[in-house]
Amino acid sequence: MATKSSFTIVGKAARRVEGIEKVTGQAKFTVDLTIPGMLEGKVARSPYPHALVESIDTTRAEKLPGVVAVLTRADVKDINPYFGHCLRDRPLIALDRVRYVGEPVAAVAAVDALTAQEALSLVEVKYKELPVMATFDDSLTPGAPILHPDIQGEGAYHELKKLQAEIQTNVCHHEHIEEGDVGTGFAESDRIFEDVFEFPMVYHYTMEPHAAIAKVDANGITVWSSCAHPFVVRAELALIFEQPLSKVQVLVPYVGGAYGGKSYTKIEPLVVALARKAGQPVRLEQSVPESMLTNRRHSARVWIKTGVKRDGTLVAREAKVLLDTGAYADNGPRVARRAATRIHGPYRIGNYNIDALAVYTNTCPAGSFRSIGGPQSIWALESHMDIMAEQLGIDPLEFRLKNLLKRGDIVKSGAKPMDADLLSDLKQVAVKLDWKGSAKRRTGSGVGLAVGVTDSEAVPVSTAIVRLLADGSVVLMSGSTEVGQGTRTVLCQIAAEELSVALEKVTMHSTDTNVTPFDRSTGASRSTTVMGTAVRAAAADLRAQLIEIGAEILKAKPEQIVLKDGEIIAGEYRIGYTKALHTYFGMPGGELIGRGYCRPGGGMSPIYPLFWETGLGGADVEVDVETGEIKLNRFVGLADVGKAINPPQCEGQDEGAAMMGIGHTLFESLIYDKGQPLNPNLVDYRVPSFRNLPAVFDTILVENQDGPGPHGAKGMGETGIVSPAPAIGNALARATGVRIRELPLTPERVWRALRDKSSK
Amino acid sequence: MAEGRLKAEDRQFIPITFTLNGRAQEIQVEPHELLIDVIRNRFGFTGTKRSCDVQVCGACTVLVDGQPVSSCTYLAFEALGHDVLTIEGLAKNGKLHPLQEAFIEHGGLQCGFCTPGMILAAKSLLEQNANPTREEIIHFMEGNICRCTGYKKILESIQAAAKTLRQQSSGV
Ligand code: FES
Ligand code: FES
Repeated sequence: MATKSSFTIVGKAARRVEGIEKVTGQAKFTVDLTIPGMLEGKVARSPYPHALVESIDTTRAEKLPGVVAVLTRADVKDINPYFGHCLRDRPLIALDRVRYVGEPVAAVAAVDALTAQEALSLVEVKYKELPVMATFDDSLTPGAPILHPDIQGEGAYHELKKLQAEIQTNVCHHEHIEEGDVGTGFAESDRIFEDVFEFPMVYHYTMEPHAAIAKVDANGITVWSSCAHPFVVRAELALIFEQPLSKVQVLVPYVGGAYGGKSYTKIEPLVVALARKAGQPVRLEQSVPESMLTNRRHSARVWIKTGVKRDGTLVAREAKVLLDTGAYADNGPRVARRAATRIHGPYRIGNYNIDALAVYTNTCPAGSFRSIGGPQSIWALESHMDIMAEQLGIDPLEFRLKNLLKRGDIVKSGAKPMDADLLSDLKQVAVKLDWKGSAKRRTGSGVGLAVGVTDSEAVPVSTAIVRLLADGSVVLMSGSTEVGQGTRTVLCQIAAEELSVALEKVTMHSTDTNVTPFDRSTGASRSTTVMGTAVRAAAADLRAQLIEIGAEILKAKPEQIVLKDGEIIAGEYRIGYTKALHTYFGMPGGELIGRGYCRPGGGMSPIYPLFWETGLGGADVEVDVETGEIKLNRFVGLADVGKAINPPQCEGQDEGAAMMGIGHTLFESLIYDKGQPLNPNLVDYRVPSFRNLPAVFDTILVENQDGPGPHGAKGMGETGIVSPAPAIGNALARATGVRIRELPLTPERVWRALRDKSSK
Repeated sequence: MAEGRLKAEDRQFIPITFTLNGRAQEIQVEPHELLIDVIRNRFGFTGTKRSCDVQVCGACTVLVDGQPVSSCTYLAFEALGHDVLTIEGLAKNGKLHPLQEAFIEHGGLQCGFCTPGMILAAKSLLEQNANPTREEIIHFMEGNICRCTGYKKILESIQAAAKTLRQQSSGV
């Protein structure tokens, strides 16, 4: 592979390759497709958080003109209807009982949506209510009813050393990490600090709700889905419906936002089962309220205890993170694992003892959401850091600089050492915030910092194919899903650079698992690093073939060959790729095919994490002491990206992540009362709008070309979401002296805290 | 959609004529039909997106006589006699509108789901105010949500397009 110091395409502000499609309305999302013979699906959902399903009568619904099929538990007796990539704990349609409000109980396929909707009201279900485990406190109460006595074993994609489904309790997964000796550590500490923080449930709000179309016929199963992990969906469908992988085709049109909410398998098994029964293709287009009851982020309670020397040296840490994983495991076990490592933080601390528990409750299943476990743990950790600094009388910036890991330092045994320059990153953010000058501020205004470092969840398995067609144009076949992050542009840039062709020559189509080679998934900030490596390897394979062919045609040695601007050059002799191809095949056709694999130990180190994803934040806030409202004068985000293949896209990712973080910091919260969701709609659940744009919004990209991906790139786009909450919370504390340990920092909560403080 | 399904003999149809993306149209609509469904299902202009369905997000924005409306809550028969523009009608003869160019150039889009509504709302703004301040843009665009970009690059796209349009109209 060519080593590169100067680039023609990588590192440039290349225009988004699908830009024109998206600004003209041509870009097709799943709900924009119509398949011949397609019916509309609607889902009858449980109104109870926990109940036995005593009977389901579909007679009246089935008689309604226009109704083709009504699916219930009676229709899945011939298969094992359970799915789940971590734990197979979730039936595609309710069996004996329902475990959350919104759980599918029956599904209708009809000639149009209105008919399907009406048929739902004719499905008669008798429930018998069961005790509700509304929170993890309920679920963990000794003697609490067990929500999952019937898990069907492990899923195929958990990638955990061991799954600890403590089936006889409501703990879905328990992750424990420890090192050193915390007892001794605390004994050696001068001060010990202990805090408890709360993080709310939040919803991704992908503007495109979940949608899927399924068709089942003699060719097998075909699914068009708004999903980010088509190959995982394929594997789970193959397992449930007992089909070979080759007979399960998953196609992914454009995806209208994912952020983790479309990771793994969601509604696809249900839609396939409905289409199977109907004998016709069926589309299920969910509404936003339905999608709000499909997946969410884990709410958390974080207890954290740290022992410190008088001079500010961290010595020992104990922590326990309780995560509400909802009714089904989804990605909960992995979230727990990450919450555990992420609360350790990027600080030198030799003695730690950390537990994270994903706990089942009767609420909507929680799963992946941009930086799994990160915002919850780091909200606690970075707030706790400032609290300790204040109590120790040490400047929070200095306190962090004193304890931050340097490049090459061990974070925890067996893991990749720190691979970023955190001290200089943090200093850059501080300078932007005018940290020094902030000491003299008046009350009500202040700045705060937070460091967000996460061990990437990225699994290093991707494959890619690059084809050079007879006219010199290139087709890149890669299973990365374009969810808005710009992966198509970046991968095309990587291929074009390696092949020495213009970016316009390279086209990447959307995933069709019958055609596109395997990719683990799109998520965990892995596409540029892992898929990028596979794409670069595929392009390098093609490049080598071009050199060989060129050497033969130009009668030169391969070492003499240079590829440039679509030409093979040997000294003064040159031949265009097109001509070379025609000569090689002896006709104006044929094509060259390059393939690339990335796997542990092959293109990517087998040591985890592949990289430490690094995002820092700084907030400059103004607090209205009359109303409790927090205004953002400035937000500074810093992302250490190794190498920005497309700098403006990196900025866009970081800004979008930070804005989401600002949302869960200031107002986002999905509220449940005894298992009933109170605000599952966009009127009562507010997300950031234009007016939340900070007056000044900076994004700093740090490029040390030190990542494991192509040209030194490493993942980004997730950690931007973790810093806003602690940075803003810390700024609030410095501005007003009020420390709030529960998100969101709504005006009411801030106002009450200010009032309580002044009345003391 | 929740009104329930009428028996065939009870269904009513209202004839309407209106202009859609510059073309005269004459169709029959039912009283409850929403503009978004007519545009998407009958004319196949799927660039108009459905998200919140309750007039909060702006994804379904189309322009009616140049004014942004949420087509998810706009009854189709109300389009009678009006001029409706969807994102598909914005580029002229294959040439992108300066707003479309600017959104691509300045990173004003990611997943693209909010983009059609965003661009149409911005078009309406720039027609009313050729040189809006940052605050005026924020105020006008408040009804269009984007979950991907963090808004900064959308703001910059709108500012850049405003500049291009001003230059075009002053003949520079
Ligand atoms: S879909 Fe119409 S405003 Fe959201
Ligand atoms: S670009 Fe995805 S919602 Fe705006």
